[in-house]
Amino acid sequence: MTRALERNSKIERPAGELECIARPPSLLEQRADIVFRGCCYVIAWLVIALVIFIVAKIAWSSIPAISAYGFPFLTGQQWDPNAGTYGILPEIFGTLVSSTVAILLSSFMGIAIAIFLSEGLLSSVLRLALRQLGIANRSKWSRLPEKLERGLLNVIELLAAIPSVVYGLWGIYVVIPTIRPYCNFLNANFEWFPLFGTPLSGPGLFPAAMVLSIMILPTIASLSRDALNSVPIKLREAAYALGSTRWEAIFMVILPAARNGIIGAILLGFGRALGETMALAMLTGNSNRISWSLFSPGNTLAALLANNFPEASKNQVPTLMYAALVLLAITLGVNLLGAIVQQSATRKGNLWTRI
Amino acid sequence: MSKQTRDVGIGCFLLCVCVAMGCSSDVDNRKDTSTQTNSDSTSSEKALASKGSQKKVRIQGAGASFPAPLYVKWFKAFSASHPGTQIDYQSVGSGSGVKALIDGTVDFGASDAAMTDEEIAQVKSGVILIPLTAGSIVLAYNLPEVSELKLTRQAYTGIFSGRITKWNDPAIISTNPNAKLPNAAINVVLRADSSGTSFVFTKHLSAIDEAFAKSPGTSKMPNWTFGTKAKGNEGVTAGIATTPASIGFVEYSFATGAKLKMAHLENRDGKMVAPTIDSARATLESTELPDNLVAWISDPVGEKSYPIVTYTWLLVNRTYADRDKSDRLKELVEYCLTEGQKTSESLGYIPLPEKGVEQIKSSLSKLQSLKE
Repeated sequence: MTRALERNSKIERPAGELECIARPPSLLEQRADIVFRGCCYVIAWLVIALVIFIVAKIAWSSIPAISAYGFPFLTGQQWDPNAGTYGILPEIFGTLVSSTVAILLSSFMGIAIAIFLSEGLLSSVLRLALRQLGIANRSKWSRLPEKLERGLLNVIELLAAIPSVVYGLWGIYVVIPTIRPYCNFLNANFEWFPLFGTPLSGPGLFPAAMVLSIMILPTIASLSRDALNSVPIKLREAAYALGSTRWEAIFMVILPAARNGIIGAILLGFGRALGETMALAMLTGNSNRISWSLFSPGNTLAALLANNFPEASKNQVPTLMYAALVLLAITLGVNLLGAIVQQSATRKGNLWTRI
Repeated sequence: MSKQTRDVGIGCFLLCVCVAMGCSSDVDNRKDTSTQTNSDSTSSEKALASKGSQKKVRIQGAGASFPAPLYVKWFKAFSASHPGTQIDYQSVGSGSGVKALIDGTVDFGASDAAMTDEEIAQVKSGVILIPLTAGSIVLAYNLPEVSELKLTRQAYTGIFSGRITKWNDPAIISTNPNAKLPNAAINVVLRADSSGTSFVFTKHLSAIDEAFAKSPGTSKMPNWTFGTKAKGNEGVTAGIATTPASIGFVEYSFATGAKLKMAHLENRDGKMVAPTIDSARATLESTELPDNLVAWISDPVGEKSYPIVTYTWLLVNRTYADRDKSDRLKELVEYCLTEGQKTSESLGYIPLPEKGVEQIKSSLSKLQSLKE
């Protein structure tokens, strides 16, 4: 490209003239450049300062509660403002369980979607159909498979645009009545199994986790697809050249190669699931109890905060801030883990070229 | 795309938290300077008022969510008949309404639970509690095959203290011999947030059951150890509507709005009373309003009285620095007590009995308020 430009300029520039197209930037341009760069610096640092400020402010406001309740706050099971006893173990448990179940469901669906969209499963079928119709080579039709794949991905990413309250209402009016008979069947026949220990009456951890899994699906699906797409093409070709079937290529070569990226996607989804509030406040049943049964009502940290903050008295605010700090710590920890895994994934990406 | 959405998400989160922080610190600031700003704004408003012929009065209120639909209707009608008056009402909950009045961030508050003496003492310019309407709390249930459910005091206190857990419990069967009560666990739907509704309901239960008074006891946020919880009257209503074999307590208007079936309750005189506007009005008529207008109807007398009825109060300062504001507020309260009462029934609220209205009016003038 650059060589071509040079050649062009040599041809276009007449021999005698020494006029140069380049000129030093004007004063205005210089100033604008400085201002723009300054703005970028300030805004970038502001965002970082904001994060630090938020963490510091929450930590600061929770100091009275930390000194009053200390570590037993994390292991207590009672939340009784009347008696002044506070413990958030059921909420920590509920947060982790609902997010874990959600991530299990969601990574299964998300990775399946990512494989479907990145491994050409859709386009191969479509191409076959087009060839049968005899229009595969027409320019209008030949790009249809790619367009369709991109469209599908956009539809999945649109899931992220649905407000959380709408998910909550959908959960109450659609998901819970739909899954109730199946859950109660499981409970009636497999009551000895701890996860199905109680019947599902209404709100509970399982419907909450189901809705949550759909909410975090876009994150997992699109990041996993990126990871699968970034697997070097020669790896695929090599796998096929060695005679592997498509199934073997996907599960024994491509998925392991994209493993780190997919794990990063899952961890990011996990981070999102931990902090989700509104839908969970509507669906978990907000009940302070620890039960291994998926169908029993539970509570999460974010829902606890949402339910208690609006009418919290002055003495209660530090307690809630303490709970917020715990949630922040869990979320930051998971996000950090995700970032580290992703980083190591990109670094190890070079491994394949070395092989 | 994905990365972008993620970043946008994180950005939104930061922004929200930032705004929340800003709000909280704002309130603190306002608290400190409330007296100052009050006097500043009044002087400027006075100047404006004396200049222009039409006086613009802006009154801000906040509080209970239960009477909010009725208040909004009243305030709208009042503003229409009094040009230049703008009344804003934020339905933020009883607790927040009381807090806002104490902080001086609003001109009037509203609460389902009357202010305590302690809270009243914190309001510098004094406070008058005016009952404007009343509502009853009903036990709505979801049993498709049971069209009428009668609950004795023993039965409903048992259900809400966790002693009765099955629908075919003898205590329930005894008063409903013909009903097809299922052999199913009772799903009790409770409030997850702090609420005046819970307070009134638990106050009634504590009054009629000693064991309940000990635990969980009367509270805006009782420590229930059973059942599922939902946020707000609307959350509980949705919970009952979608969960078979459930029961829960909500305000009458929410239950009728969602067409939920409501249980008949046994009153003090041992009669089963259906929750209706009439039975609730009978309750109001059977209770005497004291001079401070704070009447807790924890266990009303009278054969026709529905047992769980509560007033909801407008909280007005005793004195306002701005005379226009106080005059307009007085007109507003009078409007609510006279014209307003005619419309309350259509929205599911209980009109105050005439005797009560007269008493409130006379108490109002007795308290000699709203003027400099």
